[in-house]
Amino acid sequence: MSLQATMGDYQTKKTLETFGFLPPLSQQEIYDQIAYIIAQGWTPAIEHVHPSGQMDDYWTMWKLPFFGEQDLGNVAAELEACHRSYPDHHVRLTGYDNYTQSQGSCFVVFHGRG
Amino acid sequence: MSVKKYDAGVKEYRDMYWTPDYVPLDTDLLACFKVTGQPGVPREEVAAAVAAESSTGTWSTVWSELLTDLEYYKGRAYRIEDVPGDNESFYAFVAYPIDLFEEGSIVNVLTSLVGNVFGFKALRHLRLEDLRFPIAYIKTCGGPPAGIQLERDRLNKYGRPMLGATIKPKLGLSAKNYGRAVYECLRGGLDMTKDDENVNSQPFMRWRDRFEFVGEAIQKAQQETGERKGHYLNVTAATPEEMYKRAEFAKEVGSPIMMHDFLTGGFTANTGLANWCRENGMLLHIHRAMHAVIDRHPKHGIHFRVLAKCLRLSGGDHLHTGTVVGKLEGDRQSTLGFVDQLRESFVPEDRSRGVFFDQDWGSMPGVFAVASGGIHVWHMPALVTIFGDDSMLQFGGGTQGHPWGNAAGAAANRVALEASVKARNEGREIEKEARDILTEAAQHSPELAIAMETWKEIKFEFDTVDKLDA
Repeated sequence: MSLQATMGDYQTKKTLETFGFLPPLSQQEIYDQIAYIIAQGWTPAIEHVHPSGQMDDYWTMWKLPFFGEQDLGNVAAELEACHRSYPDHHVRLTGYDNYTQSQGSCFVVFHGRG
Repeated sequence: MSVKKYDAGVKEYRDMYWTPDYVPLDTDLLACFKVTGQPGVPREEVAAAVAAESSTGTWSTVWSELLTDLEYYKGRAYRIEDVPGDNESFYAFVAYPIDLFEEGSIVNVLTSLVGNVFGFKALRHLRLEDLRFPIAYIKTCGGPPAGIQLERDRLNKYGRPMLGATIKPKLGLSAKNYGRAVYECLRGGLDMTKDDENVNSQPFMRWRDRFEFVGEAIQKAQQETGERKGHYLNVTAATPEEMYKRAEFAKEVGSPIMMHDFLTGGFTANTGLANWCRENGMLLHIHRAMHAVIDRHPKHGIHFRVLAKCLRLSGGDHLHTGTVVGKLEGDRQSTLGFVDQLRESFVPEDRSRGVFFDQDWGSMPGVFAVASGGIHVWHMPALVTIFGDDSMLQFGGGTQGHPWGNAAGAAANRVALEASVKARNEGREIEKEARDILTEAAQHSPELAIAMETWKEIKFEFDTVDKLDA
């Protein structure tokens, strides 16, 4: 068998930055990441965008960030609600870190069909 | 009112420069030297000589000293400590008044502190272990062109270390073939690639041609992946004029970042380039060729934590720090000690990490720690644990040595990185569970499975030469 025949062909993927190379997260895995964000003292926030705008700095905010939220279920429910309202859009979860004025976490939870 | 009279001749240094009762001022620049004197010379005299020769002193009294107030300008040796486990050396702490140094000039600070004194005959060895820059001095320095927070926002990279690779072979590729290697790495999932430090503008690949092809590689990878990409175009050059010419063109071809070698290029060039990058919205990656010449000997030279502090003040958004786990020298605690100096706004004294002073960085932006050299997918969980999110993990051979090529190698690393970060966030002990985490991740990534098989036997287990004193 030729060397080439043993090799895979790597096809370029359209990916969405952090966790873009992992399989879609399960419900439990999403809960774990929300728990991590809250445990770090960060503020969860939800944003969405049509896939044609995935490289934009600003995605549209879904309501306001969850200041002071401790209940994972509330964040998960709003992620679902955002996804139902914008099924064609990417939906991402951010953890705002007000100490570094950065985002301690940011990853796409639902991939838009658009 | 002057009461002193001129008294020509040679005095003992300690009469003027050994001041054990001195309480350092908040505005003083403080230094800790590891001193190994010639046999028979008292410690206080050697420490005082170091303070004198690195500040106002000279070997003989001169009349013109009386025209100024040397009590105000002199450096003072104010403390001596034993070096644990070492009978021939000791630590000397010296305080320098801030007015000895030109504002914003690391060049001036180093010319004083590590100038002639290192060749002083009364010393066998001398090592600058640590420096405490007063916040008043830090405020006069430009620092990183962007800093960690702004770089993350520009590149849209959050919640994880960034991933890179130095393009190999490091010398000999044509510009077009080199751009190919860059494109393959970026399309496979790396955030950025890097020119090797040796790559400047040699006959086989002139800088302008490299920049053009690499520029196309970046744009194409960005369009195809939907992610932001970059390549550190090395603008280190023989003259500042040439360096700026290359910097202009790096911006023109659309790379968000360029690179400089701060020790071989020098602090004057580095500070100027950092200022240029800040004004032009470019990021600056800093390589550290020649550092081991200066920092590796445990008794002579300058510890890297000092060079790292100097770089943060001179300016750079990334700095190589060693990997702890790879092919290059680096003790874990000591590395963590200077990684903190790059990234934090305040670092407390911690002898267990070789940190001799509290260091207040104020609002100085942070620098990404770069781990590069001899690392591969098996190291990933350890690297994420050691370096945390604000780091740049660079796998050169560990990307391009993949049996399927650069893109598959890049994807393997990206999967390993994201699996490690995800597991850490889930509360798992990722260094201990490295094998399980990578094995699980490889189930949906044939690229990672192949990488794990390829590098399963490679280890770099030699003891470090420069250990912390304990």
